Amino acid sequence: MPPSPAEPAPVTETVRLSGVGFGYAGAPDVLRDINLILPRGSFHFLTGPSGAGKSSLLRLLTLADRPRTGTLRLFGSDVTHIDRRDIPAFRRRMGVVFQDFRLLDHLSAFDNVALPLRLAGGSEADYAADVQEMLKWVGLGRRMDARPPALSGGEKQRLAIARAVITRPGLIVADEPTGSVDAVMADKLLRLFQSLNKLGATVLIASHDEALAQRSGARVLRLDAGRLSEPSRVAA
Amino acid sequence: MIRQPRIRLADFSLSSRRPGLLPPAAAGEPWLMTVIAVLCFLACLAAVAASAADRAAHGWARQLGAEATVQVRSSVGETGDTAAARAAETLSGVDGVEEAAALSRKAAEDLLRPWLGDAVLPDLPVPHLVTVRLNAQAPASAVTLSRALAEAGLDATVDDHSLWRSEVERSAALITALAGAAFLAIAFAAAAAIAYATRAGLAAGQGVIETLSLNGATDGAIAWLFQRRFGLMAAGAGAIGAGLAAILLALLRFLGGSDGLSAALPITWSDLALLSPCPLLAATVAVLAARFAAMRVLASGRPTERGGA
Repeated sequence: MPPSPAEPAPVTETVRLSGVGFGYAGAPDVLRDINLILPRGSFHFLTGPSGAGKSSLLRLLTLADRPRTGTLRLFGSDVTHIDRRDIPAFRRRMGVVFQDFRLLDHLSAFDNVALPLRLAGGSEADYAADVQEMLKWVGLGRRMDARPPALSGGEKQRLAIARAVITRPGLIVADEPTGSVDAVMADKLLRLFQSLNKLGATVLIASHDEALAQRSGARVLRLDAGRLSEPSRVAA
Repeated sequence: MIRQPRIRLADFSLSSRRPGLLPPAAAGEPWLMTVIAVLCFLACLAAVAASAADRAAHGWARQLGAEATVQVRSSVGETGDTAAARAAETLSGVDGVEEAAALSRKAAEDLLRPWLGDAVLPDLPVPHLVTVRLNAQAPASAVTLSRALAEAGLDATVDDHSLWRSEVERSAALITALAGAAFLAIAFAAAAAIAYATRAGLAAGQGVIETLSLNGATDGAIAWLFQRRFGLMAAGAGAIGAGLAAILLALLRFLGGSDGLSAALPITWSDLALLSPCPLLAATVAVLAARFAAMRVLASGRPTERGGA
């Protein structure tokens, strides 16, 4: 029986990885024996040097790849061997911020943010106000008609975040969301994620910026050579 | 509370005024449209040629079927001309015969003159013939005619043109089949071009497709984007191809006069109606080809991007 994300999750864990190993075809594992639980409403940073496997782990969580070994559960459902047809329903419960933004250059800022709602079958009349409000919230209220090539790096970053959270997803996964902005903007974006977390979303941010992770007060996970260190609580 | 996810194809409807989720047409698409238009033009010509050839062949077959020729041999005490006249009289009374007339020697010589010339005709033993015009609705059969002649004591052979008629009908069927095969080959070529373009579009728009997918788009919804794009393009190309074919055929019909283009290809104005479904057919082929190609590529797993931390 396929997993059903529409049913209310009886568990309080958004993500659970048990003994997960992963490697790309014909290559050795880049992730080894990963055990990780992200409780619902938690906020985690995932740090580690370049090549440690952070992006690979995020790809597993977004169902872009599948574990080679172990078990992956999302929203209480086992998705280790999920059928392709069932993936979109899970992805509509996630918000993903890509390192390279993945904005659609031929669409306006408004249409980029509206994309997940449009894909979910919403009509513009239903979501126009929400999208406008979201763009104002991330400071792009006056750039709604601008296309991504006309935006600065920081604006693109905020636009990508707005798109990721417009559906109020249960899980927000962000890959280096502060990688192309200065420290002031990084702190501003961090506060944005914290606000979303307070609204109930589980947040996982992959970043090489350990200082930012420490400042966040969030739980910090460290990946090194494909292995996850024991989570440790940093000073709140 | 997370809203129950749902996908409506209406979001991707043809009438949507929102900007398309796929990037604007790639540089190669005008060329693809040109190729499809040319293929549609050729398909239209093939369809009309098949229709006209079929009509000509059936016309000839009908004409042959409405006539019979009887060769009468003289017998003891009766000249050939007398026997032919008696045969014509006998056949005129048979049910299913409209008219029967003995062919005079002069008329028979007139038929042979183009092939044999004047020199040998006077010495040639020209057969005594009777031409029979049969009832179009209920023609008398060769057997009936032969029996009537035999009962009248005439030594005669009836040729109802069935050999020629079957040859003509076979040729017509062959020409129609060949035109149909050409039509199918052209449709297949169009489908292959669309499938290739779809695969190229998927490869070129890999980033966009991955973005759509990670934002919750199903494979079917992504495939529909390509179906819509190529379906509309093919419909336009089909209209152009059919329009050009219509202009050419109208010109040929106009120049060809009452026979259409020729006796072998009697094009009629109604043939132009055959071209009207071309845009719809082209769009259907394109939609199916794009769907098939897109779903196949998507189901095989998208090339994943590597790198990062």
